[in-house]
Amino acid sequence: MATFKDFRNDVKPNWCPGCGDFSVQAAIQRAAANIGLTPDQLAVISGIGCSGRISGYIKSYGLHGIHGRSLPIAQGVKMANKDLTVIASGGDGDGFAIGMGHTIHAMRRNIDLTYIVMDNQIYGLTKGQTSPRSAQGFVTKSTPKGAIEGTVSPMELALTSGASFVAQSFSTDLKDLTAIIEAGINHKGFSIINVFSPCVTYNKINTYDWFKENLTKLSTIEEYDPSNRELAMNTLMQHNGLVTGIIYQDKERPSYQELVHGYADEPLASQDLQLGDEMFNDLVKEFI
Amino acid sequence: MINQLSWKVGGQQGEGIESTGEIFSTALNRLGYFLYGYRHFSSRIKGGHTNNKIRVSTTPVRAVADDLDILVAFDQETIDVNHGELHEQGIIIADAKFNPVKPEQTKAEMYVVPFTELAAELGTSLMKNMVAVGATCAVINLDVQVFTNVVEEIFGRKGEAVVQKNMEAIQQGYNYMLEQLGGKAGIMQLAPADGQQRMFMIGNDAIALGALAGGVRLMAAYPITPASEIMEYLIEKLPKVGGTVIQTEDEIAAATMAIGANYGGIRSFTASAGPGLSLMMEAIGLAGMTETPLVVVDTQRGGPSTGLPTKQEQSDLMAMIYGTHGEIPKIVMAPSTAEEAFYDTVEAFNLAEEYQCPVILLSDLQLSLGKQTVEPLDYSQVEIRRGKLVQEELPELDAKSYFKRYEVTEDGVSPRVIPGMKHGIHHVTGVEHDETGRPSEGAANRQAQMNKRMRKLGQIRFNTPVYKNAQHEEADLLLIGFNSTRGAIEEGMERLEQEGIKVNHAQIRLIHPFPTEEILPLIESAKNVLVVENNATGQLANIIKMNVGHVHKVKSLLKYDGNPFQPHHIYDGSKELFPLQGAVINGNV
Ligand SMILES: Cc1ncc(C[n+]2csc(CCOP(=O)(O)OP(=O)(O)O)c2C)c(N)n1
Ligand code: SF4
Repeated sequence: MATFKDFRNDVKPNWCPGCGDFSVQAAIQRAAANIGLTPDQLAVISGIGCSGRISGYIKSYGLHGIHGRSLPIAQGVKMANKDLTVIASGGDGDGFAIGMGHTIHAMRRNIDLTYIVMDNQIYGLTKGQTSPRSAQGFVTKSTPKGAIEGTVSPMELALTSGASFVAQSFSTDLKDLTAIIEAGINHKGFSIINVFSPCVTYNKINTYDWFKENLTKLSTIEEYDPSNRELAMNTLMQHNGLVTGIIYQDKERPSYQELVHGYADEPLASQDLQLGDEMFNDLVKEFI
Repeated sequence: MINQLSWKVGGQQGEGIESTGEIFSTALNRLGYFLYGYRHFSSRIKGGHTNNKIRVSTTPVRAVADDLDILVAFDQETIDVNHGELHEQGIIIADAKFNPVKPEQTKAEMYVVPFTELAAELGTSLMKNMVAVGATCAVINLDVQVFTNVVEEIFGRKGEAVVQKNMEAIQQGYNYMLEQLGGKAGIMQLAPADGQQRMFMIGNDAIALGALAGGVRLMAAYPITPASEIMEYLIEKLPKVGGTVIQTEDEIAAATMAIGANYGGIRSFTASAGPGLSLMMEAIGLAGMTETPLVVVDTQRGGPSTGLPTKQEQSDLMAMIYGTHGEIPKIVMAPSTAEEAFYDTVEAFNLAEEYQCPVILLSDLQLSLGKQTVEPLDYSQVEIRRGKLVQEELPELDAKSYFKRYEVTEDGVSPRVIPGMKHGIHHVTGVEHDETGRPSEGAANRQAQMNKRMRKLGQIRFNTPVYKNAQHEEADLLLIGFNSTRGAIEEGMERLEQEGIKVNHAQIRLIHPFPTEEILPLIESAKNVLVVENNATGQLANIIKMNVGHVHKVKSLLKYDGNPFQPHHIYDGSKELFPLQGAVINGNV
């Protein structure tokens, strides 16, 4: 059996020391090993940003694509090979600004993959501009007088977009984060996991201490029931979105692939590509 | 006896103009005639003038006819807009319902037939198109029974009674018209056809069928004119081979999903038109940089911006060759007939895998939507070549090593493994990378990887990069075109030849990398060179000048009013070169 060490490679991350993304990387490696995957059964597809580099730091198949497009690429990979475990990942700018359209539609579509957002409420790679997750009034290089625009609430958004697995976690809480990623991978359908992953270099407000003070674990809320969507929504609103744990899971909803008419049982990638004379002739006849 | 008939039906969009043309042409195709249909339509669903011009011939035709024998009119606008195309012996058959008025200038005869009224008497005025088809039969002396099969196929689901009614409507149209003609059917007697069963399809059907035969399993696409038929055909057929079509949220998702699926090991593609291609450019660069096979179909239409969304144009050429930032190897193909569209689509998937790069298959609205008779497609010519895709087991790697997915090789193409394979793990990134895919910005590595990528297309193997009809060792004129202009060029050329002008013709099928060696001798041996294209800036001519030279000899014949070239445009445009040889014509025909 593979251990989390088998998911390590020899590439040294160029993240700043203390960056929240390190723990996300470790949690993915642990979750993959815990589930019993081998590195060649996993594909990590990432966007562009500090966070986007994550696919290069995990020993598995991986594709580091273009800004905001990890989700459509990941959905294509999963459609091609349903036997692969596919993880998409990137920053909050990647997923909630440039890639927001894809995020919403991937949730609606419900293809079986796990989307992990490293949410640091700032643009790290481009050195400190505002993000759709920045709080109003937040001063950054691009909002010197404070951010004017409202803040995207990804978990509420996920609930209203039809996501079948919605969870949030905090990057220092490795055990909790690993468990949530495992649950996300095991979920049959699309899972979105928003991870508070502090940027120690450019975000001096939403720091590790800030999160520790402000986050509420759903496990501490009595009678919280992740199958209850209305409760999930109310709880998020009561806590201004600052909760961790599995917020919502619909275990009944079939994945996209289960619903696609005619979709093959074996992975498409292992199919023979020939149509054969008979089928071709039948197709031709329809045009006569 | 006539060997060729040019027939047009027109009216308001949404009143069955298309089905009238469809029924008429399907039946004639089955008799063994060669057909070519071109629709004039606008981007709205109901209302607005629309017409369907259909050419029927005993020999292959691939161009919109210059003139018109029969104009079937469901409204006055149809007559007013189109009567100019009628030749002197042409006729108008008009619905009595709108009290048709024959324009003074036209010499054509007008017959008034109560299409709507006869149909309404039979039960529903919807059948007026059947009446019109019947009236046409009387003119060309065609037995109305040839429509039986087609009518059964369309209305069979609705029961025998409906089929009977529709056949009755055709018969009544025939009878009424016959009376108008004084009892003598066939004032335009069409010569009999050879009875061969050939396909009748739009270019988009050929592309979609090519994709299916070429092994596609997933299409990701966003609807747009004139590309949507490709996804609509495949959503019906792909489930039969375990695959599907996903209608994505936009074209960026379509292109990147196709990239993901190709990386995942299947053949996947997308199709769109100019606006969608503009959105895909960053993704096309990703495919180039990560050496992921990707096929994108661009069905060109009138640009820029939303431009003329339902009209013919060929103005995406430069954007397709050079679009995306930075430099990548890319293949751009341009079939000119439905047959070529089929075979070239299959080939596009082979080339994408063999050269591990994006392949753009250019079409244009006329080719994509023009409905034409197609000679039997030969499945035995369909081969699937997957290039350096590794299909056997890989040797074990030590724990630290990555597979050399971007190994620097002589031909620039590296072995490719797909995720899931044991011992094949490597990284893929749009960032410059080393042989294992790890990001690397070193100057030497950059040079090595850039050279490797660009080397791939150095010796591209492509079956017929140029379609040539070059009988003359020394020609007075060389006509060059791409995509759907082929038919008009062929017919224009025929007329010029009849006048003793020696004409050669080259239709470019591989636009990029440009087949310089193929074209150079033709240009050198021609006194005049005229490049025919549906755009305003002479994009193909410029590409030729850039690659082949002869900047003073290469002239342009351009048309960018939204309509296809007709044979007379080619003839007239060419004639301007003689005897004034060498005169620059920027013929805005
Ligand atoms: C199309 C495009 N626009 C802009 C950029 C520049 N860019 C790179 S990463 C990034 C945002 C990074 O923020 P986020 O996604 O939150 O990731 P982080 O770096 O914070 O992990 C931007 C704007 C780009 N690479 N591509
Ligand atoms: S800039 Fe911020 S997000 Fe980027 S690596 Fe450094 S700490 Fe992490």
